[in-house]
Amino acid sequence: MKIIVCIKQVPDTKGGVKFNPDGTLDRAAMLAIMNPDDKAGLEAALRLKDQYGAEVTVLTMGLPKAADALREALAMGADKAVLVTDRVLGGADTWATSTTIAGAIRNLEYDLIITGRQAIDGDTAQVGPQIAEHLQLPVISYAQDLKVEGDKVIVQRQYDDRYHVVEAKMPCLITALSELNPPRYMTPGGIFDACKAEITTWGRADLKDVEDCNLGLNGSPTKIAKASDKVRKGAGEKIVPDSPSDGVKYIVEKLSEKHVI
Amino acid sequence: MDFTLSKEHEMARTLFKEFAENEAKPLAQEVDENEMFPRQTVDKMAKYGFLGIPVPKEFGGQGCDILTYVMCVEELSKVCGTSGVIVSAHTSLCVDPIMTFGTPEQKEKYLIPLAKGEKLGAFGLTEPGAGTDAQGQQTKAVLDGDEWVLNGSKCFITNGKEADVYVIFAVTGKIEKKGRIMKEISAFIVEKGTPGFTFGTKENKMGIRGSSTYELIFTDCRIPKENLLGQQGKGFNIAMHTLDGGRIGIAAQALGIAEGALERTIAYTKERKQFGKSISAFQNTQFQLADMATKVEAAKALVYKAAMKKQEYVTNNKVSYSVEAAMAKLYAAEVAMEVTTKAVQLHGGYGYIREYEVERMMRDAKITEIYEGTSEVQRMVISANLLK
Amino acid sequence: MSLEEYKDVYVFAQQVDGEISGISYELLGKAKDLAAALGQKVVAVLLGYNVKGLADSLAEYGADKVIVVDDKELEVYRTEPYAHGLASVINEFKPEIMLVGATAIGRDLGPTVSARVATGLTADCTQLDIGDFPLVAIPGKESEQKHNQLLMTRPAFGGNTIATIACPNNRPQMATVRPGVMQKIEPVKGAKAEVVDYNPGFTPDNRYVTVKEVVKAVSDTVDIMNAKILVSGGRGVGSPENFKILEDLAAAIGGEVSCSRAVVDSGWKPKDLQVGQTGKTVRPHVYFAIGISGAIQHVAGMEESDIIIAINKDEDAPIFDVADYGIVGDLNKIVPELTESIKKAMAEK
Repeated sequence: MKIIVCIKQVPDTKGGVKFNPDGTLDRAAMLAIMNPDDKAGLEAALRLKDQYGAEVTVLTMGLPKAADALREALAMGADKAVLVTDRVLGGADTWATSTTIAGAIRNLEYDLIITGRQAIDGDTAQVGPQIAEHLQLPVISYAQDLKVEGDKVIVQRQYDDRYHVVEAKMPCLITALSELNPPRYMTPGGIFDACKAEITTWGRADLKDVEDCNLGLNGSPTKIAKASDKVRKGAGEKIVPDSPSDGVKYIVEKLSEKHVI
Repeated sequence: MDFTLSKEHEMARTLFKEFAENEAKPLAQEVDENEMFPRQTVDKMAKYGFLGIPVPKEFGGQGCDILTYVMCVEELSKVCGTSGVIVSAHTSLCVDPIMTFGTPEQKEKYLIPLAKGEKLGAFGLTEPGAGTDAQGQQTKAVLDGDEWVLNGSKCFITNGKEADVYVIFAVTGKIEKKGRIMKEISAFIVEKGTPGFTFGTKENKMGIRGSSTYELIFTDCRIPKENLLGQQGKGFNIAMHTLDGGRIGIAAQALGIAEGALERTIAYTKERKQFGKSISAFQNTQFQLADMATKVEAAKALVYKAAMKKQEYVTNNKVSYSVEAAMAKLYAAEVAMEVTTKAVQLHGGYGYIREYEVERMMRDAKITEIYEGTSEVQRMVISANLLK
Repeated sequence: MSLEEYKDVYVFAQQVDGEISGISYELLGKAKDLAAALGQKVVAVLLGYNVKGLADSLAEYGADKVIVVDDKELEVYRTEPYAHGLASVINEFKPEIMLVGATAIGRDLGPTVSARVATGLTADCTQLDIGDFPLVAIPGKESEQKHNQLLMTRPAFGGNTIATIACPNNRPQMATVRPGVMQKIEPVKGAKAEVVDYNPGFTPDNRYVTVKEVVKAVSDTVDIMNAKILVSGGRGVGSPENFKILEDLAAAIGGEVSCSRAVVDSGWKPKDLQVGQTGKTVRPHVYFAIGISGAIQHVAGMEESDIIIAINKDEDAPIFDVADYGIVGDLNKIVPELTESIKKAMAEK
């Protein structure tokens, strides 16, 4: 069995988000990590590898330093790594990103593609299903459990108040929730091997069956009209009421103002 | 000369830090309070190869270098001194001598399961009447047919009752050296469960309280002849070589404890308010922190240098790393004691209560000035080299 | 195909088990505003099996027209027949705007359909407006500024950044919208909409997965991450018994109880109710911090809440630094009285 796991390198928000003195986000001060949902997806793939001897290829699109996330995946036990990086691919929205990744995947053999449900920077949850669409594959999003039986996958697909047990024939695409599996750690030896391993690097020219008009900033249907790093919320009002009743009155007033009650 | 860490070491640091935070830290208080050996942490470390970091892959290890191993002990010790010493005693004091002096058969039988973490290792040199002075050894081994018969006891043995494989030193005869009659000492590999090998007192310690420190008792304990480690009579050299490596492990433990205490103190002084401002706004706090951080950094430089020197030994065994190891341990241990003491002081009353980790770190730090050669012994090693 | 051919504001009327999801009404409420700004109509797209009877309630909540795609294949949600259904409606009827709820269904259906009809999709929007793109015309290129565009505002990066996005060159302009943000209108009893039946035909292929089983959650543990209102207590509450007054408040206002780490460490409440760095990160609409001092680790887990109300007797408690409304006082007196006042206010409504 051949599995492709799509991963993304994202800034770490654990331990708080760092800000510049002007209130904007200090991306440089934050560690780059493998997106948590993607890591759970990778773990699912590695468990299938442990069980059935699957070959696991990790693939990412990003800046050259995204290779670090690929090395981490290799150090956890992935077999091969592909980095898709090219200036012309920058500034892509989910449409252009999924077009690019699908173009890269067309060069590879696979039975199963696993992506994370969503990345903690964009939170869109769109790229996984859109890759499936471009590749004309069945998609099962929000997987909280994954099993393989013969040429089929059996997935618990999570919804708000329920889950469906869904069966699909491979090849197919699954988007993983971080609760799917607690991911394993790297091993020290795995790290040393990963740092020596060769990472396949592809650019625009290596993408199969994609048109330039669908790539990068220019190929993105959505355009940013305005972006601002939200200024951190400061202190609001504070009152020292003369009596508890005054305090209560104040809260009720505010709640009605905000249409809470 | 290059002070930047390689990609490998950066990633390894991330790994060890994450593991320590997720696995060792949540148990650290319980380990200390209840003298609990953190078996579940050790099992996880085994699974991820932490018990065979500097061992070549052909022997079930990870094929990494000494610095990687040192960073593992350091990161674990930042959150749990007990976890740090368990890895250090296992790797430096049991895995290393078998890897260095073992026969191919011994490596096959013992090194592989030790490096894979299927078995845990320990080291028995110290006796009630013999610490660093190996000549005080009373434990005897007598060859009887195809077996060595061990009689005697060892004390203060880290991983004592939890280990499976022990490197044990015993007197195997007398030799004349420069006109003096000296005890001939040899090293042996003893397995847990061997008839005649039992455990004595469990020590109730000030710090590293989960590390299972026991007395080992040998009463007509018969082990196969082939479990002699290295040549007969070379035990003293093996012990000294092993302790040189062990000191790097303990130096890493001390470094980790100091770093852990410093990190917590920085966080605490930012949060704690007195007289309307954070105590980190007071110059006394700032200067104390500056001194602590500078010493920690200096200790780190010595510890990493010793690790590099031992690495050089691994590739070219003509090089000695005794002095580097002694300096690293001496300095890191004293820094650990000083930094943890200051950390408690900067925490004020909270520093004296159990909930605020630095109290435990201060107790854990003390042992690093004592075991595997006290600070005084390290000074002897260093000065002897200066004055030879 | 020119962009002008696309018109009207469409809403995917999500239903589960033959019941319209609340988000559908919220979307209709917003769609009404947008349609008014554009001088267009609100159209609901209802996909399902035996769901035609639901059209009237969509009309009552603001739909001028309801397109019903009714087919056995649509009985239980699956990406494929639904994506085919919605994409076919888009291709056939050509909406200017297509809104979908950012639910576990919409966040799967939306991206699939947008990729199929080759348009952009903005996820998890919290604000939608009609306006110009670019917001300010580029000097010398005033004629290139497009008017009457859907401007979609969404938080990203865990709410730390916020962006407004447009989709100027593709139609429909698609957005998924976060539940609980938009206001539904007061239903107009007896309102009727034009109902159009449409079935593009459903032929199962490899992309139709099989739903073997539907397992409804029977969990008695509350997921505080989904709560709209949280009444959170800290060590200042004083005892596990005293959490009763917080539970009463939560019951009165329709929220859930959560707590700080100190409370969990003291064994007063289970770990899954803990808010903070070592607990859960929550973003409710209203967060009451009661007897919580506001240690950094706690604040990190709740500072993205829309409205933070803190009650604490310590005037210098750091929680007041992040609270929108802070009340210095005795929680034992304030909270029970607040509960009564809220009950009264709710009863009046």
